Amino acid sequence: MSTTDIKIPAPGKPWQASRSDKLKSFLTVISAGIFTFILVNVTPLKGKLAYFILFFISVIVFEYIRQRITRDSQAAKDSVLSTLSILGIVLTLIPIFSIVLTVFVKGYKGLHWQILNKDMALASVNDPIEAGGLLHAVLGTFLLVFVALLISFPVGLLTGIYLTEIRGTLSRPIRFLVQAMSGVPSIVAGLFILSAVIYPITNSLSGLMGSLALTILMIPTIARTAEEVLKLIPDDLREAGVALGATQWRTVAMVVVPAAKSGLLTAVILGIARIIGETAPILLVTGGADKTNLNPFEGSMGSLPFYIWKAFLTGGTEQSIARGWAGMLILLIFIFILFGSARYISGRRS
Amino acid sequence: MALLEDRVNSVPAPRELTTKPRRSDQIFRFVVTLGGMSSLVILGLIALFLSIKGIHILNEKGFSFITESRWEVVTDENQEVIQSTFGIGAMLVGTMLTAVIALFVGVPISILGALYLSFYASGRVKTFLVSLIDLMAAFPSLLFGFWGFFVFMDSAEYWAKLINKYLGFIPIFQVPTPIFERSPFIAGLVLAIMIIPIVTSISREIFAQTPLDRIQAAFALGATRLTMIRAVVIPYGRGGIVGGAMLGLGRAMGETVAVYTVLNVVYAVNWQMLFGAGGNIASLILLKFGEAGAYEVDALMAAGLILFLLTLVVNFAADFLVNRFGKRGR
Amino acid sequence: MSEENQNQKAMPASLASVAAKHAQKQPGTNPLGTGLEARGVHAWFGTKHVLSDVTLDFAAGTVTALIGPSGCGKSTFIRTLNRMHEFIPTAALAGEVRLDGKDIYAPGTDVTKIRLKIGMVFQKPNPFPSMTIGENVLSGLKLAELKRSNTDDLLESCLVRAGLWNEVKDRLKEQGGSLSGGQQQRLCIARSLAVEPQVLLMDEPCSALDPGSTFRIEETIAELSQTMTIIIVTHNMQQAARVSDYTAFFLSNDGPGLMVETGPTSQIFSAPRDKRTEDYVTGRFG
Repeated sequence: MSTTDIKIPAPGKPWQASRSDKLKSFLTVISAGIFTFILVNVTPLKGKLAYFILFFISVIVFEYIRQRITRDSQAAKDSVLSTLSILGIVLTLIPIFSIVLTVFVKGYKGLHWQILNKDMALASVNDPIEAGGLLHAVLGTFLLVFVALLISFPVGLLTGIYLTEIRGTLSRPIRFLVQAMSGVPSIVAGLFILSAVIYPITNSLSGLMGSLALTILMIPTIARTAEEVLKLIPDDLREAGVALGATQWRTVAMVVVPAAKSGLLTAVILGIARIIGETAPILLVTGGADKTNLNPFEGSMGSLPFYIWKAFLTGGTEQSIARGWAGMLILLIFIFILFGSARYISGRRS
Repeated sequence: MALLEDRVNSVPAPRELTTKPRRSDQIFRFVVTLGGMSSLVILGLIALFLSIKGIHILNEKGFSFITESRWEVVTDENQEVIQSTFGIGAMLVGTMLTAVIALFVGVPISILGALYLSFYASGRVKTFLVSLIDLMAAFPSLLFGFWGFFVFMDSAEYWAKLINKYLGFIPIFQVPTPIFERSPFIAGLVLAIMIIPIVTSISREIFAQTPLDRIQAAFALGATRLTMIRAVVIPYGRGGIVGGAMLGLGRAMGETVAVYTVLNVVYAVNWQMLFGAGGNIASLILLKFGEAGAYEVDALMAAGLILFLLTLVVNFAADFLVNRFGKRGR
Repeated sequence: MSEENQNQKAMPASLASVAAKHAQKQPGTNPLGTGLEARGVHAWFGTKHVLSDVTLDFAAGTVTALIGPSGCGKSTFIRTLNRMHEFIPTAALAGEVRLDGKDIYAPGTDVTKIRLKIGMVFQKPNPFPSMTIGENVLSGLKLAELKRSNTDDLLESCLVRAGLWNEVKDRLKEQGGSLSGGQQQRLCIARSLAVEPQVLLMDEPCSALDPGSTFRIEETIAELSQTMTIIIVTHNMQQAARVSDYTAFFLSNDGPGLMVETGPTSQIFSAPRDKRTEDYVTGRFG
C-alpha cells in the first residue's frame, strides 16, 4: 500500500447544513413572516411591536412543527432554544444599530468645516451652527484623558504586576477590590474629589479635578487588562531572566513588561475608551467652559460630554439639538477609533 | 508508643529555604505592593471623605434619612438653614425599581445572546458579533441616555400603554393618571440595554470556560444542544452568571446620566413603574448639586455614601456568589 | 461499486472464522447489527491532511485495537466513527462510515441518534460533577430524552456490567467526583452503557489510570465484548494484545496518518506482514 496510488478526495464537511436544509429553514422563516402579516392585518393586533412579537412566536412554532414532523420531539425542543438564542442576539443588536444610525444621521446635520477650529466662547448653543465649534471640548477631553492616564497607568500597571509577579497573600482580596472599584458609580467618584480635594484644599473647579475623578474610574480597567496581559507572558521567560542572575526587578522591567508591550497598549486604549464619554463627575468637578483652556490646573475646562450635555439641556432649539448630536458623533468616532486600534493591536499580536 | 514517637521524632525537620532578596528587589517589591494597595486605599479614602462630609447629616436625621421621601431645605436671606428635611426613601425605591426592571429584561436576553455566541455562531459571524457587543459595552451612558430620550421613548411609551391596557389589573402596572412618558419602566429598559453588552460578555466568557471534555461526553451520549446546555453548561456557569448579573445590577444602580435624562425625577415613592415619575440616588445628586448650599451638599455627600456602600455590598455579594456557588458543578 | 468489492476482498481471510466465533455469543441489550465499516476515510484540520484513506471493518461483537505512535491519526480516526470529529471548527472529512450498512454522514442523518448507537469513553474520566453517581449513570437518558420504565434495574445492570456495582451500591447519592480515577472511568463506561449502544469507542481509556484500575477496565472490556462491538485506541501494545480480537496499526511519516496493516491480533503481534508493523510491535520505535 503506497500513498502515491491513492487519489485524495476533496475535503468535505458533511455535517454542515446542506443547500436544501438552508432552503427549508428559509422557507420556514418566510412562511412565518407571511403568517404574521396575515395575522396583523386580520386581527386587532397592530404596530411594529405586534409584527416583531408575532413574527418570532410564529418562527418558533413553525420551526418546532417542522422539526417535529421531519425528525422528532427532541429535535423540536432543541429548535426552540436555537430560535430563542437568535432572538436574544437580535434584541441585543437592534439598539446597537439604532444608536449608531441615530448618531450618524442626526449628528451629520450639526457638522461644518470649521467645527474643529472654533470654540463656543462667542456663541451660544442656540446660535446658527456655523457660529461655533467644539475645539475647546475636544482639546479639553484630550487634556482630561491625558492627565488621568498619567496617573492611572502607573498605578494600574503596578496593580497588575502585583497580581501576576508578586502573587502575595493579598492577591485575592486585591483582585476583589479592583473589581469593586470598577463598580464605583461615576457620580461617587465626582463626590469623592469634591469632598477630598476641592472643598478642603483647592476650592476651585479645574481640569485636573476632572482628571482625578476619571482616574478612579480608569484604574480598575487598566489594572484588570494589565493583569490579563501579564498573565499571558509564559513563566519560562521569567525563569530565564532569574536563571541568568537578574534580580526580579530587572526581569520584570527588562523582560516581562517589554514582552507585554502591545497588550499594555491595549489596556491603555480600553482605559481611555472607558472614561472618554464619562459625564457625571465631569459635570460636578470641571466647571465646564465654553472657551478653550489649555491649563488643567486653573480655570474651568470644557469637554465633549459637557458640550453635549449643555447643548441638549440648556438649548431646546433645532440648532442646539443638532450641536448635541454632532458632539455625540465626534465622541462616537473617537470611541470607534480607540476600539478599532485595540482590536488591530490584539489581532496583530495573536 | 515510645518507639513510634522516636520514629516520628527521627524525621528531620525540613530546612528553611530562604532567599533574602537584594536591596533593589526589596524596593521593587515595596513599590509594587504599594501600587497593588491603591485600590484598597482609594476605596477606603472614598468611604472616609464622604463620611467626614456626610456623617453629621446621618447623625441628625438618623434612620429617617433612608425612610423619608422628601428633600427640602428652607433658608433665610443670609443663606442660613432654617429647616431641612432630607430623605432618600423615594430615590432608594426608584433605584431598586429601575435596576430590577433592567435585570429582569436584560439578563435573559444576555444569557440567550451569550448562548448563541458560544454554541451556535461560528467563524466570522461570531468574531464580528463579539466585537460589536464589546464595542457597545464601551458606549458612554450619555449616548444611551439621549438615545433613550429622543429615539427610544416613543416606542417604549407605546409599549407601556399596551401593558397598562392589558395587564393593568396587576397593581404595579396601574397608573394614577395616564402619564406614560419618562417613567421608571422606560428608564429600566434603557438601563437594560446598557447592561446587556456587559452581562453578555461576562456570560460568554463563562460559557467558554466550560470544560470541553464534559461537553463532548454529553454529545457522545446523544445529547442535543438544548440538553447538553441544561446538563453541563448551566450547572457549570450558574454561579458566574449570577455574579455577572449582580455586576449588571451594580452598574444599573449607580447610573446617573442615563436615568437623569430619561426619567422624570420626582420626590415621591412610586412603585407604579409605568407612571412617569421616579428617580434614583445618583440622579438626585446630579439634580440637586447645582443649586445646593453647603449644608445640602453635605446631605448629598451622605446620599452618595449610601449609594457607594450599596454598590460595594452588591459587588461583595457577586464575588461571594461566584466563589460559593461557582465551585459547584465544576 | 467495484471499489466496494475490492475492499471486501481485502478483508483478511481469517476474519470469517473470528466472526463465526463471535456469532455464537449471546445477543446483547441491543441487537448487535452487522458491524461498523469505514470506507476510504480521510480527515483534515484546516488544510492539514491528518488521516488518509482508512478502510477498516469492525465485525459485530469483536474488540478491535487501534495502535500506533502518537500523532498517527488513530484518535482522529476513532472520532470520525461517531461524528465527534466535527466539533473542531476547522475539521473536514471524506469517505464513508457505515453502521449496519448505512452511511452515518449521509445527508438527513440525525447525528444524536448516531451517537446513541455508537457510544464513546474518553481518555480522561469525565463524570458530570453536578450529578450524583446514580444520576451520572442515567444521564444519557436525560440527555437524549429517552424514556425507560425501570431505571433502578437499568442503573444496577449498567454498574454491574461496568464492574462498579459492588463498590458504589451504597453510595449512589454521592457526587461522581468522590470516586477514584479508575472508578470514575468505569462510571463513565456505565454511563455509556445506559443508552444501550451497539458500538463502544474507547479513546485510550486507561492512559490516565494506575495498573490496578487498568486491569479492572480490561476485565470490563472482556465482559462487554460479549454484547457489543468495541473499538479501543491504545498506546499500550500489551493491552492491545490482551483485550482485542483484531488490531490495526496506524503510522504517519510526516504526511497524513495511514493504516499500515490490520489483522487478527495474534497475527499482528506474531507474524506481521509489513516491516513497519514489525518494527513497531517489537519496540524498535514508537
